[in-house]
Amino acid sequence: MSPIKRNNPTKLPAISTASLPDIVFILLFFFMTVTTIKNQNLLVENQLPMANEVDKLDKTDRIIEIFVGPVSPNYSNGDNAPIKIQIEDRLVAINEVGYCSLKALGAMPEHLQSSAMVSIKADNKVKMGVITDLKKELQKVNLLKINYTTVEGNVFKNTELK
Amino acid sequence: MSKLKQAPEVNAGSMADIAFLLLIFFLVTASIETDVGLNRILPRESTDPYVEIKARNLLEIGINAQNQLMVEGDILGLEELRTKVVSFIDNGGLETDDKDFCGYCKGERLAHLSEHPDEAIISITTSRDSDYAYYVSVQNEIIGAYNFLRNRESSRLYGVPYEILVQNYGEDIGPTEKMAIKGKIEAIRAMFPQKIIEPEIIHQ
Repeated sequence: MSPIKRNNPTKLPAISTASLPDIVFILLFFFMTVTTIKNQNLLVENQLPMANEVDKLDKTDRIIEIFVGPVSPNYSNGDNAPIKIQIEDRLVAINEVGYCSLKALGAMPEHLQSSAMVSIKADNKVKMGVITDLKKELQKVNLLKINYTTVEGNVFKNTELK
Repeated sequence: MSKLKQAPEVNAGSMADIAFLLLIFFLVTASIETDVGLNRILPRESTDPYVEIKARNLLEIGINAQNQLMVEGDILGLEELRTKVVSFIDNGGLETDDKDFCGYCKGERLAHLSEHPDEAIISITTSRDSDYAYYVSVQNEIIGAYNFLRNRESSRLYGVPYEILVQNYGEDIGPTEKMAIKGKIEAIRAMFPQKIIEPEIIHQ
């Protein structure tokens, strides 16, 4: 006459799946916090060169992105598309770079403006002439902290990709 | 009526499916990787571009339109650039009794290379037709040389490589620790300051 009743071993209780949504939601929130959504509409091709002595660009709130590359095949016709510069969804001429990057700087919260950094995302096919001009324009508007954005990889393979 | 006293249980079985759909949506649209790159600081636009430096304290690197590398007048492979830059910066070529003598340099103290890491300047000139990708490789090798020297001195002085110091600085730590690491990083940077210039070629 013990008060503890043994379960009938022939009939297993159903496993409750009520906590499954909670587990999945935890996973969901984890991914929502660690990932970033890229919503930039790229108008130029952007195959970054490789480097291995890199620093991370993790503070995305203080970064001005400048894309350089041949116009994307979706927006141009022909094989040798001209090299263009894109700042914030728009293709800009070289003499507009200063103005557009200052506009992007102005859109940033004021306390971040002093530590703003320009990330130059230039395609493998770009020649140095454009980059030199771009740097000169950035120097004019006193945006001196720059980052040549790359992907991690072997630098000696940079010349082989084309 | 007695049957309605207890509210019926809501079936939560499909909740998991909804959450999975959301999860998959986020996995597809988002990307985990953060951007990486080579940080550089451009010089200020200066009104007085003429600075006198001794020839031994300047390492001239040139990239031509055919993506060939020239260092101090010799054509050099990209693979050899790093050791060349290290030996240039780390040379410490002053006399031992000079007040600016570089005590921590382990170079060969040659007469034609730099006097002190603080004096050593690297100049990169590029042709307008050189490839950006090649230029990034060259920059990468130069930064690699500096990182090598900084790691070496940081390991010697603090027992931790410079990279690890920088990594620790970015983490969530107390303000006192942060200040301590900042002091170390600044000390190492002062030992091997990155002085890279990119002069304009003036066609005469």
